[in-house]
Amino acid sequence: MKPELEEIFQKFPNRQREDLIPLLQQIQDDFGFLSKEIITGVGEYLDISINKIYGVATFYDNFRFGPVGRYHIRVCHGTACHVAGTSTILQELERQLRIKPGETDKEGLFSLEVVSCIGACGLAPLLEINEEYFTHLNLEKIKDILADFREKEQNTYES
Amino acid sequence: MQISGKKSKILMKAKTSEDIKKLLKEQVLSDPVNEPSHELKKELSYIGRERVHEPVIYVGMATCGRAAGASKTYEAIKNYLNEHQLKVQLTEGGCVGLCSAEPIVDIQLPGKTRLSFSNITEDQVEHLLDEVMNNHLPELNIIGQYQSDIQQPWEGVKFIEEHPFFSGQQKTLLKNCGIIDPVAVDQYIARGGYQAFSSAIARLTPAQVCGEIEKSGLAGRGGGGFSTGKKWAATLNAVSEQKYFVCNAVESDPGSYMNRAIIESNPHGLVEAALLAAYAVGASKAYIFIRKEFKLAIERLKKAIVNAKEYGLIGHNIFDSGVNIDIIVKEGARAFVCGEETALINSIEGKRAMPTSKPPYPAVKGLWNKPTIVNNVETLYNVPLIIKNGAEWFRKTGNESSKGTKLFTLSGKVKNYGTIEVPMGITFREIIDKIGGGMSNGKNFKAIVLGINSGSYIVEETLDVQVDFEALRKIGSALGSGACVVVDDSTCMVDLAKFFTAFFQKESCGKCIPCREGTARMLEVMQGATRRPVGKKSHQPLERFKGVMQLKGLSSVIKDTSLCSLGKSSPNAILNTLKNFKKEFDAHIFERKCPANVCRDLRIFVIDVEQCTGCAACFKKCPVDAIIGSPRYPHFIVEEKCIGCGTCYEVCKFNAVIIK
Repeated sequence: MKPELEEIFQKFPNRQREDLIPLLQQIQDDFGFLSKEIITGVGEYLDISINKIYGVATFYDNFRFGPVGRYHIRVCHGTACHVAGTSTILQELERQLRIKPGETDKEGLFSLEVVSCIGACGLAPLLEINEEYFTHLNLEKIKDILADFREKEQNTYES
Repeated sequence: MQISGKKSKILMKAKTSEDIKKLLKEQVLSDPVNEPSHELKKELSYIGRERVHEPVIYVGMATCGRAAGASKTYEAIKNYLNEHQLKVQLTEGGCVGLCSAEPIVDIQLPGKTRLSFSNITEDQVEHLLDEVMNNHLPELNIIGQYQSDIQQPWEGVKFIEEHPFFSGQQKTLLKNCGIIDPVAVDQYIARGGYQAFSSAIARLTPAQVCGEIEKSGLAGRGGGGFSTGKKWAATLNAVSEQKYFVCNAVESDPGSYMNRAIIESNPHGLVEAALLAAYAVGASKAYIFIRKEFKLAIERLKKAIVNAKEYGLIGHNIFDSGVNIDIIVKEGARAFVCGEETALINSIEGKRAMPTSKPPYPAVKGLWNKPTIVNNVETLYNVPLIIKNGAEWFRKTGNESSKGTKLFTLSGKVKNYGTIEVPMGITFREIIDKIGGGMSNGKNFKAIVLGINSGSYIVEETLDVQVDFEALRKIGSALGSGACVVVDDSTCMVDLAKFFTAFFQKESCGKCIPCREGTARMLEVMQGATRRPVGKKSHQPLERFKGVMQLKGLSSVIKDTSLCSLGKSSPNAILNTLKNFKKEFDAHIFERKCPANVCRDLRIFVIDVEQCTGCAACFKKCPVDAIIGSPRYPHFIVEEKCIGCGTCYEVCKFNAVIIK
């Protein structure tokens, strides 16, 4: 068992069923995703079968079972964004990155997630990359944004 | 309550936070009914920042502001103030509602009214502050100045209430939003906050609170429209040693964010409302169930709770009344179905968010099988106002059947958009023309898309319908959660119905068959209608028409037999599209055309021989080799092979690829 995991467990001393979701959320915040070993560890700690934990974790959209990329792209697909043309944006992103929503690319650079309503409908269509917002998107902008991030990554790698 | 001359002198010096706390606790919260003295009023106006000793700058920093770049503006202002060594209070404010004008910066100079500026990007900060700090009016976009009886107005500046976006609204719930520092408990109390709660625990019994709410006619704003007072009374009368109160702040409608905006801008309002509701139903624990993604709202809500605890407003034996109420913020995982109350309760218990059959209603048997009240955020914000001003005051707003105000997230193709609050009974035409300022691009109005759980559209013929639960029910619609997306000719309604159906299909929890299987079948039919025929037999017009005909029967089965309101409302979008936009449906099925040119799979691409230079860019990129031709000669698209992906359209530099 990882010592970091023990530390998180200590925050939930009651070991109740109601702690399951907050515990998994905390683990995901710290580790990035839920691995098989972690889920086994949680099961032993809370005395809940692993099946049940997977049952809960896979039910909700925001639990992940694999690592995300260094740049996590969250595309807003609310009603206003859809009307403004998010489908085309999303298709372009999928084509450029060669991944589907919920996946991470081979280099571990980008990952894609579709969320419903980020809360800035007036700026639609929009997406968020590591808490930075990109608004009023079009296909040209998408190319530029991805190129910028790739360049940034190249520069950090070289330096 | 009279304050002696000596005491008022002490009051005027109340400057440290301890002094302010003592003053507010002793003079305001302990005796909220009596009219405050002149001195106290003056002191309160300073605490509530209606007047200021030194300049104050507010930057609208709710999610909408941040997305528009308010963080950069904030940093630029901070740098400017450091550089010029100015003594100015800089505050992260909330959202005033006008998201189309973000980033918004407000400046209040001592003795002067507060000014509000729109679209202040970081490069405009220097110019703005250079001018305003020297008492000049800069030539920037001024939204207006706030009306005040005690401050000197700026000359030649319109009042903010005269701005078309604000003049049509009636702000009661949103009154403090964007005006005060969201987390500052002293500002909230000085502007009248927490007084409803402190007077209720001192003077009213829980039954009286329930009675007052019932008398006001407050109806649940989540979409159902059930009387809140009646619901509360059921829990109050249930016999149990433990009861719970839950605030539903999931807001998972993909087209609305007003609940999040109001929590980000005025979290204390929700804390007070939750305290009152918990007191009214006899609950000692109040949960606020909020989606984990609403990071800013959670952060501010938690800060607000800590600040309120310091004032002794939350916890054990509040103000020596013997009342114990604890507020717990529960960060929920994402699932649309969490908005359903029984599913939400399951989620709090650490299970999958699946609804259970009702009855038993949660009011009798809810969280851990104890009586539980689940209320929507917007409903709750009304509660302190009703207790403070009385049920009669609340009944004055609205029309005969629906009382009070309603929040909407106005977005889409209108000039002004954002979070709005309108009195019940206003027509949708007024919302678009007056508050929204008309269509943004001069295109024709097509429809207002209401929340996803209502799945209804307001079209040209029904624009004069009032915002009212009953009036909408009469035309076969529902108010929904509060999304109000305005669309024009460029939106395909069939595609939109498909989007809604796909959303429901993805979010169906899978417990009951009608919803799980039904939404999948509906989606198949919709996909068939918006796709070009592939193969010989499938998707022939007749087949596709049959599919659409079956939609109605399928919808009624889903509506009648689904377990929860998610399933029951899933066919609404399709049924309403069939009702209001039959022509568009027919064009998709019989002519295989999308009038708005949105449905990608129905587009037929042809190459204009005159324009084509034979560069072969499309030839190289076509994923299915549907383009033929020799270099430097015009190319052709083989229609049978084309899948309508649009790649050729995008790569052509000579505009030679056109959509037929």
